[in-house]
Order: sequence, then C-alpha cells, then structure tokens
Amino acid sequence: MNAGLGILSPKGRVLPILTIVAIIVLLWYAFAVLLNYNRVSEQLAGVNPEYSIGDLLRGTWSMERPVLPAPDQIAVDLWNSTAELRVTSKRSLLYHAYITASATLVGFAFGSLLGILLAAGIVHVRTLDRSLMPWIIASQTIPILAIAPMIIVILASVGVTGLVPKAIISMYLCFFPVTIGMVKGLRSPDPQQMDLMRTYNASQWQIFWMLRVPASIPFLFASLKVAVAISLVGAIVGELPTGAEGGLGSRMLAGSYYGQMVQIWSALVLAAILGMAMVYSIAGIEWATLRRTGGRA
Amino acid sequence: MPSEPTAKVVDLPVRGRGAGDSSGRAAASDVIIDIRNLGLTFQTADAPVVALSNINLTIRAGEFVSLIGPSGCGKTTLMRIVADLEQPTEGAVSVNGVSPREARLKRAYGYIFQAAALYPWRNVQRNVELPHEIMGVPKEEREAKAKRYLELVGLKDFEKKFPWQLSGGMQQRVSLARALSFDPQLLLMDEPFGALDEITRDRMNEELLQIWEKTRKTVIFVTHSIDEAVLLSTRIVVMSARPGRIIDVIESTLPPKRTLETREMPAAIELAHRVRQGLKAGHSYD
Amino acid sequence: MNPRLAWLSALLMAAGLALPVGYYEEGLVYWYQFPLSGAFVAFGVVSVVAGERWLHHLVKGELWAWLGTLAVVIAAIGPMMLPTSELAMRTASEGFVAALADGVTTAPGFWLVVAGLLLFAWTVMQHVSAQPSGRIYALLVPALFGLALIYLWQAVVVGFAIPRVLLPAPTEIFAALTREAATLANDFKETFLKAVLAGFVLGNLLGLGTALVVDRVPFLQRGLLPLGNMVSAVPIVAVAPIMVMWFGFGWESKTAVIVFMIFFPMLVNAVAGLNAADRMQRDLMRSYGARYWQTMWALRLPAALPFIFNALKINSTLALIGGIVAEFFGSGMAGMGFRISTQVQVMNVDVVWATIAVAAVAGSASYGILALLERSFTFWHPSYRSR
Repeated sequence: MNAGLGILSPKGRVLPILTIVAIIVLLWYAFAVLLNYNRVSEQLAGVNPEYSIGDLLRGTWSMERPVLPAPDQIAVDLWNSTAELRVTSKRSLLYHAYITASATLVGFAFGSLLGILLAAGIVHVRTLDRSLMPWIIASQTIPILAIAPMIIVILASVGVTGLVPKAIISMYLCFFPVTIGMVKGLRSPDPQQMDLMRTYNASQWQIFWMLRVPASIPFLFASLKVAVAISLVGAIVGELPTGAEGGLGSRMLAGSYYGQMVQIWSALVLAAILGMAMVYSIAGIEWATLRRTGGRA
Repeated sequence: MPSEPTAKVVDLPVRGRGAGDSSGRAAASDVIIDIRNLGLTFQTADAPVVALSNINLTIRAGEFVSLIGPSGCGKTTLMRIVADLEQPTEGAVSVNGVSPREARLKRAYGYIFQAAALYPWRNVQRNVELPHEIMGVPKEEREAKAKRYLELVGLKDFEKKFPWQLSGGMQQRVSLARALSFDPQLLLMDEPFGALDEITRDRMNEELLQIWEKTRKTVIFVTHSIDEAVLLSTRIVVMSARPGRIIDVIESTLPPKRTLETREMPAAIELAHRVRQGLKAGHSYD
Repeated sequence: MNPRLAWLSALLMAAGLALPVGYYEEGLVYWYQFPLSGAFVAFGVVSVVAGERWLHHLVKGELWAWLGTLAVVIAAIGPMMLPTSELAMRTASEGFVAALADGVTTAPGFWLVVAGLLLFAWTVMQHVSAQPSGRIYALLVPALFGLALIYLWQAVVVGFAIPRVLLPAPTEIFAALTREAATLANDFKETFLKAVLAGFVLGNLLGLGTALVVDRVPFLQRGLLPLGNMVSAVPIVAVAPIMVMWFGFGWESKTAVIVFMIFFPMLVNAVAGLNAADRMQRDLMRSYGARYWQTMWALRLPAALPFIFNALKINSTLALIGGIVAEFFGSGMAGMGFRISTQVQVMNVDVVWATIAVAAVAGSASYGILALLERSFTFWHPSYRSR
C-alpha cells in the first residue's frame, strides 16, 4: 500500500476502465449476434438446415453487410483503409480525416480568436455586455447546426466550396462557448485582486494583461476543449450535403447510401479518435501552460 | 474454497481491562464512554502517520469534557472515533456499554460540526426535523419538537427562514437545536463555535451553559480556545500532536453555576494557567 | 450617453438627408422627394438634438431612456418607407468590394441615414445601460440591440440588392413564416413533439438511472467516468446514419440519435452531482444512522439537482440538434430537418430560414422553461439566493 497505487489496483483507474471496455466489447458481440441473427439464420438454413451454433456465431460476426458489424470487422476495415493504403489515395480514411481535420482546425482557430476578442470587448464595454451578452447566451439554445447544410449549399451556389464553408460552420459553432467561457474567465479575478491593481493605479491595459488574462487561462482551456469538439461536429455535419468532396462526413453519407455499415462505423471510430486526439492535445497544452505559470497542473 | 461467513466485529478486543483503570471510583452504570488503549495509524504514500496513540479516557454521565490541543493532535479524530465516523486501528471504545457503531444506529448521540451543516433546501424548521424524519417520527410530533427546541435556542419566529438567510451564529444555534431535539444523552461538539467571531462566541457559550444546566447532558467538546474550555468544562483533557496523545487531564475547580464572569475568578485563571502549562509541555516534545 | 457620439449620429442623419438615395429612371432621387420618409428621419435628428440638450437630465435620465428608445424606433421607420423596390440603389457590379463601393456611392443618403440611425440606437443603448439595473432595462437593451441587428440586415439586403438565394431579408422570412405556417407547424409536430420530446425524456431517464446504478458500484464509477468524459470529444451526431438504417425514417431513429447524444452529459453530470454533498453533511446523515435511500432522498438528490438541471439545459439543445440532423440522413415527408435539407436544394431559402427561426424559438423556449424550473427547484443554490 505504501508504494502508491499499482497500475492494476482496483483503486486505480486503469482496471475499472479496462473492465468497462471489456463489458462494452462483449455486449457489442452479443448485440451483433442479436441484430444479425435473422438474416444469417435464413442464409444458413438455405444452405444447410442443421447448422451449428458455432456456424451461426461465425456467420453473425463476419457478414458482408451486417446490421451491426462486430468490433473486429471494424478494426480490420479501419486497418485496411488507413495503414494499407497510400495516404494520398482517395480511398484512404486518413486522407478523409485530413480533410475534416483541416476544416475543423481552421474554423476552430478563427472562431476562438473571434470569441476571445468579443469577450474582451464585452468585459470592457458595458453597453456591449448589456446588449450583446444576452443574445450570445440565447444563441447557445439555438440548434445552430441546423444551418450547416444551408451555408454549404448557398456558398456553393456562389462558387465557394471546399474547406472554407466547413470552416465557417466550425468557426460559427465554436465562437460562442469561447466567448462565454472567456467572459467568465476575464471576470474571475476577485474584488480584492482588482482593488490591489487599483491601489497601484494600473491602467485598464495593465489590469487586462497582468490580472484578467492570467486569471482566465483555466476558463480559456475549458472552453477551448468544448469548442474543438463542437468544431469537429460542425465540420462533419458540413460535409454531409457535399457527398463527393471527401471528408469523414461524406464517407458516412456514402456508407449510408450504399448500405455499407462497416464503412460508416470505421469513419465514426476514426472521427471519435480524431476528436479525442484534438481534445487531449489541448489538455496537453493546458497542462504545460499551467505548469509554466505555476498553476496546479 | 468454502469460506465461512465471519461476522465482522467492529469492536476490537479489549486489552488490559481492569489493569490501570483510572476511574475505578465511577459506578459501572455511570460510565458513558470508555476508551481503552486506543490508537489510530493512517497509511499514507510515504510513511504511516500515527494520529492517536495509547488513549485512555473514561467519561461519566453528566460530565462536560473538553478536548484541547494544537492542530493535528487528533482531538477531532478521537471524537469521530467515538461517533463511529472513523475506525481505530488499536484498542477499543464503548459508548453506553456498546460499540460506537451500535450506539450510532441507536442514535445515542447528537453531533455538532464546526460548520452548521444545514441543508440549504430545507427551511430552519425542516432542518431541525431532519433527524426525526430519518428516525420515522410522526409529523405532528416532530413539528412540535422542532418548535420547542428552536425556542430553547432562541430562534422562535425564524422557523420559515432558510439557513442562508441567517447569520453564522444563528445557523450554529439551529444546528444545536437539531442535535438536542431528539434528546440524545450524549452531545459531541467539534469546535462548534470555532468559525464565529469572539462576541458571538461568548453569547453562544453563555447559552450553551444555560442549556447544559437545564439538561445535564454528557458533552464532549473539542476546542482550540483555552478560555472556552475553562469556562464550560467539568474536566479538561489536554492533548499534544505527533503522535496524538493525552498530556494531562484537569478536573475543574470552578463552581457548577457559571457565567461569562466566571472566567475572571482566580480559580479560572489558575485552571487556564495549568492548561497552558500542559500545552507547552506537549509542545516541548517536538 | 456619450454626447460626441450622439451629435455625430445627428450629423450623419442630417447629411444623409441632403444626399441622393438612388436612381429612379436614370435620374438621381433625393429624400425631399419622399417627404413622409424624410420627415421621420428629420424627427430623429430633432430628437437627438432635443434629447442631448434638454431631456437627458430630466427625471434622472430615466425619461430619456424611454423617449430615446421611442424616438429611434420612430425615426427608423423613415428609410423603410422608401419605395426601395422601385429604386436602383446599386447598379450591377461584379465582386464583393466593387458591389459594396457601388452601393455606397449610388445611395449615399440612404447609407448615411442608416449609419446615423444605428449610432443613435447605440447611444440610446449606452444611456439605458447606464441606468440603475432593473428587470425592464435588462430586457430593453438586448431588445434594442436585436432590433438594430435585424434592421441592419434588412437595410443591407435591400440596399445592396442581395440576391434572395444568398440571404433573404427579414421581412421575406417573416412572410414565409406566415405563408407556410401550416407546413411549419406540421414539421414542428413531426420533429419536436414526436421525436425530440421522446428522446429527451428517454435519454435523460437512462442517464440518471445509470448514474444511480453506478453510484452503488464505485468500481464501475471509476471506469465509466473517464470514458464518459472521453465521449464528450466524440461527434456522436454521426451515429445518425446508423440509426436511420436500423430504425427507418420514423421518429424512432431520431429518438435513438437523441438518446445517444444526451445520455453521457446526463450520466457525467448526475454522477458528479451525487458526489456534491459535502463531507460534513454526509457525516451528519451517518450520525443519524440513515439508510442508503434515506441519505439519497434527503441529502444527495437535492444536492445533485443543480448538476442535473445543468445537464437538462445542455441536453435540450443537443436533443433539438440531434432530431434535426438525423433528418438530414433521410426521413419521412415532414420534419424540420427534412424541410431544411429539401428546400435548400430547390433554393427556397426563405422557407429554410423560417424553419430555422422556428427551431430557434423552440430551442430558446425549452431552455427558458428549464431555467424557470431550475429556479424554482434550486432556489437555495448560491447563484439564486436572495435574502
């Protein structure tokens, strides 16, 4: 006990997480049997009416067009469409992931910047705070994502296609959480800390850089994590109406047109990995920043 | 492997009962709390920390016992063990002749924390009713009890207020009423007035004295304040830290009837001096 | 109210009144040719001067807060009464910058007046913001701001003759709203009342129930929580095509997407909420020898309510998004997502915008209702306390 918690100790996190993952995988196989049962049993009965349970299981876990593909099928498809193909190939999922990721990151960068600037304005201009802030909060309750296909189609009609429309959607989606988080963060210094600055006769500019900005860092990263995740959602949904152009969203749409369940799932899994990679990179930057600024990392 | 279902015994085997019983004069029925050779060691990442070591203490009915000592001397831990909120690693405790756990399940004591620990979503009346609701007391009865005890602590007409609408002193009074309202024979008070300003604390001390005179409950009172310990207690237990242990047990020489002015009597000053000496002695071991 | 900005707004409006507002049959036309419109704008100029010189100190300035609002609204009627459909306010030009420059030079009177009006509105907002805070002023400022924004939108669309496909004017959206009211109401029923509500209730109940189960097994809790947080980084909306393939085009597939989307926010928040009661409050329950469900009911659920409401508010928006996006992957013959994706294909942009307006109102209304419920259930929470 004295040596700290072992990596596989039930009091740690690794073992519980592995257990849950194992439960999910087992359930998944069970559901694959359940959902694919009808078609497989028909098929098998057609060939040999006295098929064994083993045949049935093998059948449900290796269907060409399953209702629910087994995890290993998805893993194999994921491997085939990433590692086995050249990255530049149009069939490579990595190529599609790159398309989606670039739109996500461009939109994320501009949206965050816009959000931070707006927050700085709201904190300093009382009228902006009173007039704009209620709308920003209200806009959180609006399903903005619903506008996505319209933006794509309309911009396409005036000849703007490719990365820009998706990036606009991403930008639009992620600037709201950043604004709200940063307004909170820039206002987080307590009255005593503000009063201290006033006793030094510090200018607004000095208060902003020496007190408000450092105090807002944790809020900034919290909202950036939300923003990058929602930005990815925006890019994927933005790819839905543009089937042919590529990107993870278009792969999903193509999969659903042609009933390629495995293809949808592997695109979905890659999207999940991409989302986590982005959120965890921000968490990593946060960790490094907090360490450098002496915060609790 | 068929494993036998072993009943988990909370009460650890009593060692050395009889030998060195310091309070032999008390009749067995009189003893409310009996602590023997008690010890508690926390396992931490680098080294075991001895929070309490070799504690022996007997408390009789109607006593007001203060535990005083520097931070980290384990006085709160000792009381939490009595309340079955913490488990000892050595020795044994009995409360009313049974284990702390049984005593807790019988609702033998009222616990008053440093903060009032009131539930913000319940008004004052319903906060005092809380223990009765858990114990399944009928509605009319618990309402009447809550009213009566709120009056006792001077909070008549505040029943419908919410805790956060009251001052800190008033909140602590609600907590006192809540602990008294189900009439436990034992009150465990963990620095109950520690967070209050000195003026409010004096008033609360005065009220506590009056209530104690009326009810004569057995009280264990953890405090940082020498003045408070001297004013309230019939016995003062001085503790020291690393490891937490008892340095001195001082019988109060003050008259049973006390007011705030009692603190200025020569006997009180003498007592305070002795407590201070004990604390100093405990400190010099470091 | 900043006096310099106010004077500037009056100056802009006055200057605008002297300049042309566009071409009519090859000739430039001026404000004086439309006396009624001009009169409204002139009223605005007079109001600014009068307000700035005399009114804004009367009755602690509260009078001007209301009169100013009224004046700017009245003055704003002026430009809207111009027969803009018959005027050429922009002669054809290619490219964004060229079109912008052309519009401004063709109808400088119009743009100066609009700029002056917006500045006037801003100074009024400044003045109202400076009033002692009250519920009415807290609504008045954002209301004015919203109106100003819509006004600018209208002016830009009309003034630069922006094609309707690109951006319809607010008036056109409003017209579509009334014209297509029956269709929109049916879409609302199909998406919101059938799918979104069902998914919202089901997903939240599942999340809460799982949280209660997980609460009893700390081992599971330690494993499930990090996974739950991880899921927040996953674009769950993307399960939509799968759900549509499984459950078909009816409400079931949308409901399934919604359940997937909102399950984890509720789970993570509810688990955090169930652990929100502080140690002293728990020890108190323990000292009473309270049983698990007694502690749950009397302490832990009430303490978890703020967290649960937080999840409900997040989920109300997510549910609406899920319902609409699921319909992009194909659905029956009605629904808000269906309407958006089909009407945008045939460039009926005003109907699309009208649908979005309905979605916006539905989203804000659900959020508002939840916020009111939250207020009445968690009145004791520090963020709502009033002595």
